[in-house]
Amino acid sequence: MTVTPQELVEHALAASTSDDCVVLVRDVTSANLRWANNTLTTNGVMTEMSVTVISFVGRATGVATASVSGAATTREGVSALVETADAAARAGTDAEDAAELVADSTSADWADAPETTDIHVYDSFAPALGDAFERAQAERRLLYGFVNHEVATTYLGSTRGLRLRHVQPTGHYGCTGKDLSLTRSAWAGGATRDFLDVDAHAVTDEVARRLAWAERKIDLPAGRYDTILPPSSVADLMIDAYWGAGARVAHEGESVYSKRGGGTRIGEQIARSGVNLFSDPGHAPIASAPFAVATASDNTESVFDNGLPLGRTDWIRDGRLEALVSTRHSAQMTGQQVAPYVDNLVLEVDGADATLEEMVASTERGLLLTCLWYIREVDPQSMLLTGLTRDGVYLVEDGEITGAVNNFRWNESPIDLLNRFTAAGRTVPSFSREWGDDYFSRTATPALRVPDFNMSSVSQGV
Amino acid sequence: MSSARLDETFNALPHRRLGDVALGRAESLGASHAEFHFERNRFQYLGARDGVLQTASDSEDLGFSVRVVHGGAWGFASGVVLTDEEAARVAETAVAVARVAAAMTRDPVVLAPEPVYDDVTWVSAYDVNPLEVATAEKAALLVEWTARLRTGAAVDHATSFLHQVQENKYYADLAGTRTTQQRVRLQPGFEASGSDETTGLFDSMASIAPPVGRGWEYLTGAQWDWDAELTEVPDLLAEKLKAPSVRAGRYDLVIDPSNLWLTIHESIGHATELDRALGYEANYAGTSFATYDKLGNLHYGSPVMNVTGDRTQEHGLATIGWDDEGVQTQRWDIIKDGLLVGYQLDRPMAAMKPELSGPEHPQGRSNGCAYADSPGHIPIQRMANVSLEPAPDGPSTEDLISRVDRGIYVVGDKSWSIDMQRFNFQFTGQRFYKITDGKLDGMLRDVAYQATTTEFWRSMEAVGGPQTWVLGGAFNCGKAQPGQVAAVSHGCPTSLFRDVNILNTLDEAGH
Repeated sequence: MTVTPQELVEHALAASTSDDCVVLVRDVTSANLRWANNTLTTNGVMTEMSVTVISFVGRATGVATASVSGAATTREGVSALVETADAAARAGTDAEDAAELVADSTSADWADAPETTDIHVYDSFAPALGDAFERAQAERRLLYGFVNHEVATTYLGSTRGLRLRHVQPTGHYGCTGKDLSLTRSAWAGGATRDFLDVDAHAVTDEVARRLAWAERKIDLPAGRYDTILPPSSVADLMIDAYWGAGARVAHEGESVYSKRGGGTRIGEQIARSGVNLFSDPGHAPIASAPFAVATASDNTESVFDNGLPLGRTDWIRDGRLEALVSTRHSAQMTGQQVAPYVDNLVLEVDGADATLEEMVASTERGLLLTCLWYIREVDPQSMLLTGLTRDGVYLVEDGEITGAVNNFRWNESPIDLLNRFTAAGRTVPSFSREWGDDYFSRTATPALRVPDFNMSSVSQGV
Repeated sequence: MSSARLDETFNALPHRRLGDVALGRAESLGASHAEFHFERNRFQYLGARDGVLQTASDSEDLGFSVRVVHGGAWGFASGVVLTDEEAARVAETAVAVARVAAAMTRDPVVLAPEPVYDDVTWVSAYDVNPLEVATAEKAALLVEWTARLRTGAAVDHATSFLHQVQENKYYADLAGTRTTQQRVRLQPGFEASGSDETTGLFDSMASIAPPVGRGWEYLTGAQWDWDAELTEVPDLLAEKLKAPSVRAGRYDLVIDPSNLWLTIHESIGHATELDRALGYEANYAGTSFATYDKLGNLHYGSPVMNVTGDRTQEHGLATIGWDDEGVQTQRWDIIKDGLLVGYQLDRPMAAMKPELSGPEHPQGRSNGCAYADSPGHIPIQRMANVSLEPAPDGPSTEDLISRVDRGIYVVGDKSWSIDMQRFNFQFTGQRFYKITDGKLDGMLRDVAYQATTTEFWRSMEAVGGPQTWVLGGAFNCGKAQPGQVAAVSHGCPTSLFRDVNILNTLDEAGH
């Protein structure tokens, strides 16, 4: 007899002997297809169920807490987690982020069963992909790629009367194409919620179109180039800017958002006027959880904030730093508004409405990138990042793409770029090649044109 | 040899029964090959900042998966409900997935053969399972570390952390292999940070202790001198904050194992995974410049370069008895006297290139590099412990430094990045010392070294002796779609490189 997630939550709350308890049950199903060299390579349908029990024990000096997670699917399994969490909380030290627990809120759909996905999400996509393999083979191209669809249903219950539920569909697709000599490479990809809007033919046609752009090859040296970053590359960079925006770390002098001499740069103009960077759980089509979920505390998340309602948060408004990611505890430490992490990100530039094609058409001579790769932080104080261009750097001359250029290693700061861009496009749903697969796929970003993008060295990689 | 024993709480789980049910169902549905994977992975992460425990979380993955070859195609499914009915259902789902996949599978799946290992066990080498040590004791240690670090005048903030993992795997297949294994690993670390009041520059200095396949004894025993390092780091940070910024240009480098392990990981470890070389990672982690046609003729590095793949190295993070395809693990040459001579394989890759395995294995043999990071993930070709061999009777670190007129000694890893074919890389470090006329001449700041793989390894003039060799490694190597994370070790001696391009990271950020 299968136990429902709601029953697991109620059982855990009833079993806990701590002063307070928060229980998170996460039911996840996913289905994927992976291919290489014009043939399917791996595929699968996965089912996960995880339960996190967070126990809170009050004492004269404060509140101790402990978090224990496991793949429990039975009442007995949940009881074991509760017992461990309760014991760990009783043995623990006072939590520095202690705050009043969020109380009395119930989702209208709390009683609903988890939503799921399975291999049939690809009923239209898979046959079309098979056709695309045949065509690529006939036209002497190689295709490599991956599609993944996941549906995660989260149930959050607490002894303070929280009964919250959220369903998060997450999907993405990506396809790389190469010529048979492996000297040209192109990529197309994006995010989706249900694969109803993903056409395998359209994706592979776009890859073929880009491979054709690369029939003419031009070698360029390292240097600073007028560069158009498409929305996917901008997403790559903005995610780093967001992940590095912890209020506590900034307040303590360790990030690009730190004020020299102490405190944060909140209130400072850190980007060009007209630049707006925000998160909003209600922003279609990249909607995300409308309440905070934290299985453990750290600099940017607190278990005490579980269930905290989330709304639109402006991180940068009209170029000014408005907020940094904070828990109630770190907000108090740093003297700023409470601004918990939200699982999506939007960059908009006031008045920018050009398409990527229009931006290319208005470029006299420059580079058009496809995506960025292996991005890592070099210097936190300036947020200097290093990385590579990947799967297509195209030369634009007199508004036309005239060929493909070698790849480059670049060194740049995303915050610096928000000051230096000279043109922006309209904001569209985007997908970060670097971070979208596993960590952060809900972005909407414009293309940006940067007049002096630092291509530090040539990469021979194709 | 391990003194540890298989965890009885794992043995008490119904993995054998579920395996028999799942494999039986897969066989009855016509699978030509079927594997059953059952895993329980326990994790604990503790983190402290400025004298306070900030994070404490325990988690456990428990579940199973079935992978089949049916109609020449792979099918995979996983589940978490530990009942016979669910085991049968998951096997049925795997076969159903294979049926969908068959229409898109051009080349039927072939696996290199492997002997049957009936009911074998393996436990990694450790004395005390860190997950059995009281959390309060571990938390107190981490808090004390940060408190100690903060006594340094230059230290504004200090953090410390401890990752611990206990991995239990049961594998069974239709051929009759059954393996039960247990590994323990841990990664302790700490970092001190501060800023210079005069310049406003911020910097940090972290421990260079490697993660290891050991137990709690790593923190209490003689394998690493934690006390000395905790004493040293605040002073090193103070020196770094006052150090001059490097002048960009070309320098000779003496690279400490605490930095070089990561360069090995990125530019050799990943580049010699055969699945990458054959294009199977092209859409995600990338391919490799070390393509199969270069086997036996690519001068990867200078003649002093000898690199092995090894899944049997004691205390290695990728060490295990049998891999996730039931293959007994091995040690083999990847680079010999500077020449590319081998790759890392799993069973499908070994079958594709049987000549790699020698005449005694005409259908190929895997060298045991299949791994899945959780019960819900597909086994993929994964990195062995890939290590650079020392020179027998080779020089000390001081001897290598003495050979340099104008250079930099690099210690500890920090930032890393390499392109999708493993050509162009850029690395920074924890600390850099100027070398003038064969002697260390104070610290430098803002250093990054940038090179291409073969140019760099061909510039290696000398490797240190066994006395300089350290087994470094990482907990967080990413690969595959869906993404998987693996732990892997890399041993190396201190080594000398000539004429390497050095960037100034402040200049790179300027415009």
